[in-house]
Amino acid sequence: MSTLEIKNLQVAVSTDEGMKQILRGVDLTIKSGETHAIMGPNGSGKSTLAYSIAGHPKYTITGGSVFLDGADVLEMSVDERAKAGLFLAMQYPVEVPGVSVSNFLRTAATAIRGEAPKVRTWVGEVKEAMAALNMDPAFAERSVNEGFSGGEKKRHEILQMELLKPKIAILDETDSGLDVDALRIVSEGVNRVKDSNDIGVMLITHYTRILRYIKPDFVHVFAAGRIVEEGGAELADKLEEKGYAEYISA
Amino acid sequence: MTLNSNLLAPHTPTSREELWRFTPLAKLRGLHDLDVALSSRVSLGTSQTQAGVTLTIVDSLDAPQTSTTDDLVSMRVRELATKVLRVEISANTEVSAPIFLTRSVESLDPEVSRTEIRLGANSRATIVVENIGSMTLAEEIEIHLETGSNLTFVSLQEWENDAVHLGHHHAIIGKDATFTSTVITLGGTLVRLLPTVEYAGAGASAELSGIYFATSGQHLEHRIHVDHNLAHAKSRVNYKGALSGDKARTVWFGDVYIRANAEGTDTYEVNRNLLLSDGARADSVPNLEIETGEIVGAGHASTTGRFDDEQLFYLESRGIPANIARQLVIRGFFLEIVSKLGLPEIEERVMNRIEAELEKASV
Ligand SMILES: Nc1ncnc2c1ncn2[C@@H]1O[C@H](COP(=O)(O)OP(=O)(O)O)[C@@H](O)[C@H]1O
Ligand SMILES: [Mg+2]
Repeated sequence: MSTLEIKNLQVAVSTDEGMKQILRGVDLTIKSGETHAIMGPNGSGKSTLAYSIAGHPKYTITGGSVFLDGADVLEMSVDERAKAGLFLAMQYPVEVPGVSVSNFLRTAATAIRGEAPKVRTWVGEVKEAMAALNMDPAFAERSVNEGFSGGEKKRHEILQMELLKPKIAILDETDSGLDVDALRIVSEGVNRVKDSNDIGVMLITHYTRILRYIKPDFVHVFAAGRIVEEGGAELADKLEEKGYAEYISA
Repeated sequence: MTLNSNLLAPHTPTSREELWRFTPLAKLRGLHDLDVALSSRVSLGTSQTQAGVTLTIVDSLDAPQTSTTDDLVSMRVRELATKVLRVEISANTEVSAPIFLTRSVESLDPEVSRTEIRLGANSRATIVVENIGSMTLAEEIEIHLETGSNLTFVSLQEWENDAVHLGHHHAIIGKDATFTSTVITLGGTLVRLLPTVEYAGAGASAELSGIYFATSGQHLEHRIHVDHNLAHAKSRVNYKGALSGDKARTVWFGDVYIRANAEGTDTYEVNRNLLLSDGARADSVPNLEIETGEIVGAGHASTTGRFDDEQLFYLESRGIPANIARQLVIRGFFLEIVSKLGLPEIEERVMNRIEAELEKASV
């Protein structure tokens, strides 16, 4: 049983015009087995929340705290956060030329598990996970994310989640840029990992369509750097109907 | 600055001259200095024998150059070399195993070396020049590719730290012939190489790639010159370098010249440099001169920068510690070129050496 506890989180980025405050006090607690949808208009700070928890150097924490099972996440280096059990599926996965997917996955699994996975079982594990996500085995020999289509990048993110088995996963617009088939395959992947490992999920999205495949327990509406409304799955239906207009003008 | 335009008189170059202004002449041990005597020796050789491959040592009078040069040190090599190593690949022969030509000298006395490589029509071979040990060397390799031949040429600079090496590798590529060259410069205190290309028939193709890694106190200079002197030839140039440590220095020039008669030329050149520490300096100058608009394509790119923070963040966010993430990125940077060789043994050797250098530089 794990708990991610975000309290009054405030985050700024430095711009040419000086520091710009983006997160203005975010409170959110996610426990194992729970799925929390974070929904909000573009530019409201959803990715900033995700990156700040993962430790991207671009973001400066100006207040608040993030704890995972009592450990201070904000004190950890980026790799320590991953080892502690956090995983971020990025909105824009990064290309790393010359580093093969198979080398990358194995290096990451070695780091997270604390020892190199046994070669024989590992190869099978990767193959199986790739097949489940409908990924061509040839991807293993390609450079990380290089020349991948949008959908292929997102599948690759979920593949990593499946192999690294985090305690809490943050999925930042994993649904964007996916056609219906890809959306279904990726969603099934998320559900599989969720069910078999009892992980907590922060599902960041702009649209409600992914919520047809991944059922949220809680929906949080995000606007101007904070959570402005909370409810159950029914809140998503309201957003589907009315959009974000009332929150933006607020 | 074409190969033919300035046939200047032999003299000792100074750093006021454009072609020499980046090179620390004082470190050359006289290789460039007309007042310093250079000995002549055939320092390359092989212990292999393979069908279709003939090695002979011929008198330089029987091996006249067919190309011109404006490189003052190449002129000295031509003048002073008494013997020439000639490597011939018989026509219509495919030599399956790579041919290794290895330096076998351990002396810092300045000397010159000449090599001639000839690929017969429709032959195919891989030749690896292994520059190892300690030398003060000025060398020229002239490479002739007859119609339809295919050469994979690798020049490995795995010198000890005190070596000084000036080299000119000139390829003349025949009709429908393919020249694939990979220059790998890791060792030596001063290495200055001039890979140059001209064409002898339509459908000729040159792929020139290279990697270099300079650590503290090393000066590694590469000056590529591709002369699109006739129509319907192709060239690709791709060099990547990394620098680490105080006074690590690299210089890269890529001169591609498309003459007025070279319609249908297809060329692209790129140089990328990765600065791994303060105090290192990389110069990168791609230069494209175009005298005809009737071409398939021509382009160039050059970048010099530090680590991509986004790449490092991505790797670290998967639990990979920062130092291993940096090593992965550097490895990947070079592997993009080295893995294309299709020579696993060389790939492993080169990557091991790079890793050892990285460890020493504590990147
Ligand atoms: N590096 C940055 N420099 C300047 N502004 C930034 C930077 N990163 C994010 N922002 C701004 O912060 C706000 C929130 O961005 P983001 O977190 O990406 O929103 P979302 O993911 O909800 O679309 C936006 O107004 C965006 O322009
Ligand atoms: Mg976003």
